[in-house]
Amino acid sequence: MSNQHQYEVIVVGAGGAGLMAALYASRSANTAVISKLYPTRSHTGAAQGGISAAIGNYEEDRPEWHTYDTVKGSDYLADQDTVEFMCNESPKAVYELEHMGLPFSRTPEGKIAQRPFGGHTNNETGRPVRRACYAADRTGHMILQTLYQQCIKNKVTFYDEFQVLDLLVVNGKAAGVVAIELATSEIHIFHAKAVIFATGGHGRIWEITSNAYANTGDGIAITLRRGLPAEDMEFFQFHPTGIYRLGILITEGVRGEGGVLINDKGERFMDRYAPHVKDLASRDVVSRAEYIEMKEGRGIGGKRYLYLDARPETINKYAAIDGRTNPDGTPYTITGEELLKKLPDIIDFCRTYLGVDPVTQPMPVQPTAHYAMGGIPTNIKTEVIIDENNTVMPGLYAAGEVACVSVHGANRLGTNSLVDLVVFGKHAGINAAEYARGADFEPLPADAADFARQQLDAIRHSKGDEKVYQIGLEMKQVMFDHVGVFRTEAGMTEALAKIRELKERFKHIHLEDSGTVFNTELLSAWELSNLLDLAEVTAASAVARRESRGAHAHEDYPKRDDVNWLKHTLAWLRGKDDVELRYKPVVITKYQPKERVY
Amino acid sequence: MQVTLKVYRYNPEKDKKPHYDTFTLEADPTERVLDLMERIKGLQDGTLTFRRSCAHGVCGSDAMRINGVNRLACKTLVQDVGKKITVEPILGLPVIKDMIVDMEPFFENYRSVMPYFVNNDPPPNGERLQSPEERERFDDTTKCILCAACTTSCPSFWANGKYVGPSAIVNAHRFIFDSRDQAAKERLEILAGQFGVYRCRTIFNCTLACPREIQITKAIGEIKEAIATGNLD
Repeated sequence: MSNQHQYEVIVVGAGGAGLMAALYASRSANTAVISKLYPTRSHTGAAQGGISAAIGNYEEDRPEWHTYDTVKGSDYLADQDTVEFMCNESPKAVYELEHMGLPFSRTPEGKIAQRPFGGHTNNETGRPVRRACYAADRTGHMILQTLYQQCIKNKVTFYDEFQVLDLLVVNGKAAGVVAIELATSEIHIFHAKAVIFATGGHGRIWEITSNAYANTGDGIAITLRRGLPAEDMEFFQFHPTGIYRLGILITEGVRGEGGVLINDKGERFMDRYAPHVKDLASRDVVSRAEYIEMKEGRGIGGKRYLYLDARPETINKYAAIDGRTNPDGTPYTITGEELLKKLPDIIDFCRTYLGVDPVTQPMPVQPTAHYAMGGIPTNIKTEVIIDENNTVMPGLYAAGEVACVSVHGANRLGTNSLVDLVVFGKHAGINAAEYARGADFEPLPADAADFARQQLDAIRHSKGDEKVYQIGLEMKQVMFDHVGVFRTEAGMTEALAKIRELKERFKHIHLEDSGTVFNTELLSAWELSNLLDLAEVTAASAVARRESRGAHAHEDYPKRDDVNWLKHTLAWLRGKDDVELRYKPVVITKYQPKERVY
Repeated sequence: MQVTLKVYRYNPEKDKKPHYDTFTLEADPTERVLDLMERIKGLQDGTLTFRRSCAHGVCGSDAMRINGVNRLACKTLVQDVGKKITVEPILGLPVIKDMIVDMEPFFENYRSVMPYFVNNDPPPNGERLQSPEERERFDDTTKCILCAACTTSCPSFWANGKYVGPSAIVNAHRFIFDSRDQAAKERLEILAGQFGVYRCRTIFNCTLACPREIQITKAIGEIKEAIATGNLD
């Protein structure tokens, strides 16, 4: 027996993209949100530094500069039509969030405060521009809270702590989802006209990550198992400033406020790698610079970390060297008290986890797995596409980190994840509701829940001596070592083989919890099966791409190769040890690829 | 170092009443209590059940009693609490399984105080202006992550679960003192009612429990004053 529900639009996931989609879809369609977490636990809440919009509250800025910076940041792999749409929409989206009550920090005139971020520039001078709209260093927290508050105000229907396991496809159209209620293990079928996936990222594939435990790539794994492709999975961002060993994010906003990266010799090494914008180069560039510093023996004490120095005296020293000024032309300086106001959470994290006070001591940092540029392929309308000809699956939508509308290409600029989820979350909601108005419910087969049940039963009844914990650990280690910041053909090949071995071993896991009430052991095992599928697709996509572009730094092929590789990867999981790769062209409108220098 | 973790256990499918299990494991002093629980679940006892997500104190999933005090397991290091650690579910909400409590009564109280922005004027083309001082007025209460550590440390809430509790009041405060909001009066009426702020006996447990260091008792006091004076300054 299953519980049956019917809604015109189902939103899977309750982070920024899911809640934005739900707010818009629920205006005109009967809508429900299904989330494995209470909505406010979603990982959007961990975003810190800001959301970019060219509203120019301090200095001249233009959406077309934001567009160009994003295309350049993507190493020319982003689809330029979607980037232009996003950057033109972002001012409207930011004002809309403010109108919903989001408590942005403020300028002296009472406008939304903005700070510089990596790769965001005045295109005429090449200097960093203040584009990231922020609420202290908890911008994502405020976005998530504000959207959830508005959902309460608008009486949006939620199914909290329900894990979606499967997508139902009938007559080639999305027809609903199957979910398990965590409190009871009951299976629920949600019959729908339109389904929006907004399930977030999958950084838990890697050993050192800024990502939450919940970021297990569920949406992509579900669609892969239903025969849909995943796009550009080889491009995964490693953020240059994760707390050493823990991976907890230290916002790029620290460097936006003037913090600098320092090696064991006390050098500000970024001026050798990015002479123009230095510490505010884009993330792939900075993470690679850190790896090279460590490889050449200039990690702190010879270890695998560097210092992020945000002591006021350091900030003021380098601001003077760089000639950095305030909007009124006076020299830029900062005090410890101002730092505490602008970066309270960062300072709290460092004090809590490291016993380090960033106002008086530098922070030990290393690259941390942070963000999936790839994901479920969609077009500019957030409709999911199922092949290299951009064929749409009617009724299926995706937005936010789970999706690859390809605004980030091979490397995402800081703040653009929040722009992406607000802009495309909103349009997914609008488009799905509009589609639902003109569509009928597809009849569901009697065995609609079977595939989901089979997956759970295989885990429940698996008899062996393998441990989920151990398999997860080995996956994370091999992916961090070989499909990380720098990659080699031999390393990636080894990782792919290892992941396939782990997938075999996963068939022999043993669970101790056979209960039905909050069986989180069962859930974690299913999540690991998702991560393993995504790791396989990631490694297979990566080993095939014989060039270096954005976050994919291939030591055997260190140059970008636009002749052969200016194209998106589409990967299908066909069966055991079988990933099929096809490719589709990049949409180029205004900006021809050129060498990328910061 | 060797650490013992004594854990409250209750499985409604097996246990007539709760009991405690003790686990021993090697741990680094700088590890999080959550890391230890993950390792126990992964290697010693797969049935140990708790909520967690971000693991760095911003999502609010893993509030629990650690050595008798409400804390987030991901924000508490072994060196903060010593080699003998006891973890138990937060109090005042029904225990479902091990550390997992029924959060619905908590969220019901939250929803009852209109925890959302209200401004019925047509918005301007750009942002609504707000001075840095006006923004600062409610900054502290914007930090809440709805972890329930405060509410479930409050003796008044333990005595009567209909009391909206400190967390709901914090979230009302965040809007009552926002210069852009227009529904302060309605919220103050709710909070002046039978299950509102006057159930607070200024015991300060909430303020001590808050992992975000929100000055909760102060916020409650400001609301009491606003109700008494009708003044929001």
